[in-house]
Amino acid sequence: MSKKSLPLGQLKKGVRARIISVSASSEDLVRNLLEMGLIEGSMVRVVHQAPLGGDPIAVEVRGALIALRRQEAAGITVELSDSGGAS
Amino acid sequence: MSVSLQSSSLIALAGLPNSGKTSLFNALTGSRQKVANYPGVTVERKEGAIPLPDGRVLRVLDLPGTYSLDARTPDEEITRDVLLGRIQGEAPPAALIVVVDATNLERNLGLVLELRELKVPLVLALNMMDLAKKRGLDLDLETFSNELQIPVIPTVAVKNTGTDQIVTAVNLAIDRVAQESRSKTKTGVQTWSKPEASAVRDRFNEVDRILRKSTRRSTAPSLWTERLDRLFLHPIFGLSILALVLALIFQAIFSWASLPADWIESGVSAFGVWVGSLMADGPLKDLLVNGVISGVGSVVVFLPQILILFAFILVLEDSGYLARAAFMMDRIMGGVGLHGRAFIPLLSSYACAIPGILSTRTIANPRDRLATILVAPLTTCSARLPVYTLLVGAFVPDRPFLGPFRTQGAVLFALYLLGTLAPLTMAWVFRRTVLKGPKPTLLMELPTYKMPSLRGVVLGLVERTKIFLRRAGTVILSLSVLVWFLSSYPKVPAQGQQNQASVMPAIHSSYAGTLGHAVEPLLRPLGFDWRVGIALIPGFAAREVMVSALATVYAIEGDEATVESALSERLAASWTLATALSLMVWYVFAPQCLSTLAVVRRETNSWRWSIFLLVYMTALAYLASFLTYRLVSGFGWGG
Repeated sequence: MSKKSLPLGQLKKGVRARIISVSASSEDLVRNLLEMGLIEGSMVRVVHQAPLGGDPIAVEVRGALIALRRQEAAGITVELSDSGGAS
Repeated sequence: MSVSLQSSSLIALAGLPNSGKTSLFNALTGSRQKVANYPGVTVERKEGAIPLPDGRVLRVLDLPGTYSLDARTPDEEITRDVLLGRIQGEAPPAALIVVVDATNLERNLGLVLELRELKVPLVLALNMMDLAKKRGLDLDLETFSNELQIPVIPTVAVKNTGTDQIVTAVNLAIDRVAQESRSKTKTGVQTWSKPEASAVRDRFNEVDRILRKSTRRSTAPSLWTERLDRLFLHPIFGLSILALVLALIFQAIFSWASLPADWIESGVSAFGVWVGSLMADGPLKDLLVNGVISGVGSVVVFLPQILILFAFILVLEDSGYLARAAFMMDRIMGGVGLHGRAFIPLLSSYACAIPGILSTRTIANPRDRLATILVAPLTTCSARLPVYTLLVGAFVPDRPFLGPFRTQGAVLFALYLLGTLAPLTMAWVFRRTVLKGPKPTLLMELPTYKMPSLRGVVLGLVERTKIFLRRAGTVILSLSVLVWFLSSYPKVPAQGQQNQASVMPAIHSSYAGTLGHAVEPLLRPLGFDWRVGIALIPGFAAREVMVSALATVYAIEGDEATVESALSERLAASWTLATALSLMVWYVFAPQCLSTLAVVRRETNSWRWSIFLLVYMTALAYLASFLTYRLVSGFGWGG
């Protein structure tokens, strides 16, 4: 069973996935993302999309709802937690 | 000896945003609070006092909420610098209460671990414990506290639960440190360096380890928040609800405020008459009635409107809705190059640009923040409302316009629309010219919905009222007196006055008249005469003073017959529609507020941006007024 990985920005609404890497345009932004709980190993789920154009998105991670734009979400790689998402 | 030292012990409250830190601060200190500023910055320094059973007092500092010591915003910098003892004249706290949202330990404990590394005793307030239990949290407090090596006190700040235990724990911690440090010498300033990203990861791994060990069951997500968000963030309903909320706010500002405003107005005028009846005619009576009472009174009338707006903002912020509004508006804000969070400063600016500019402190990137600061003063603040109300009332006939709307309301709406489009347009312009840079990022927590606390809202409103009345009692009072003096002196000699009274009122030869006449050539193309000039000059200090200045000018100029009639009637008789519209448009753009310029200077640390603001807004105002006057005159309404 191969686990499928993709950027958080492309994760479908409602699907749970595990964060496997966090990168961004600057080291500061990486730290900020981590401090907001977007950290390797944590489970994440896209819960809402903004009404105008579906950007930004709101993700549930470590018990909180975090809003971020798809552009920043693209630097976060997730893998679908089990075969349920991939198959 | 130790008693005198202890009696002035200062402790601090720290925690993540939305952890209920301010609620706990309010619960601990009640109304024994005072708000000032940290030296050199406009970050509010909130200090309160807790009376101890033995008669001593514990001073508590409410630090701005922060996610970590790695500060991103000026607010967070203050928290870091206070904790590290880096602020001049501010002793580092003797102990720290870390407020943690018990419903969200996974995320809140990262900060606790970071603060644990500081050389200051910690007490952990496990806040909102009732909610956490309701949502399934089963935590072994003893293991939890042992693993953290910090005393843990469960609290429910909004119900005052656990506050006594917190105070006891803090006192114990201070006493213990006092005994330990008797032998050692303590250094005030602590060293700290930016953590590596790996340190942040390690910290969260440690959090997970502690929680695995101490929780038997963790908190389930708030069902209510998810259900409400499905509605409030819905593509169609979400935006409709936001539009309705904004419409309700404006409706409330205009209709709910009119009754209390009328009371204040009639109270002020009755007071003026009463004072007038007690005094003999003369300069002192003139000063009190025409200068002080009519000047200050015309501004205090707007207190109800400002309070209503702030009440809405406080309730919306406290409930968690304001972050959702910013989330939905991010596309529009981002489209003109502003941060999604810029929505909140811009909304606050409808009350007053100053709290608006101050709330930009939650925007991390300096360039994003500056863009918001530079356009916030274009938003229609409540100080413009007196001017608009006066001019619309005097010049726009009250006729049915479209459906339930009437012409006066439509003009007012158009002015507000202009004051909404202008900041967005200028932000777009600035982001492509003077403030070029990468598109701002958005990273913001959408907090769990909660009932706004009545105490928090009331305390917030009391604070606003104090600030407003202090301003009315100082800036506006002194300017009113100044305008009165300038318009009343030098007095025309008695015989001259008799000869010329009908052609040349006394104000012409006053200082203000001279000044007004001097600027008239500049203002003529906009349709303003020397009297508007007189009112505009003190109006540069504060917009609403323009109304009181006009009132003073016309009160002094008027004879017995016209003094009786309202200012709006007098203006209607002496101005054309083109002049009135031109003046309204002037007030949409003009930077007529010294306090705003001063706050911009403080927030940007240089006069450069204040001067930039002054110049660009004045240029916009002049151009727009000129065009308005020409256009309206061209239609033949120039008279």
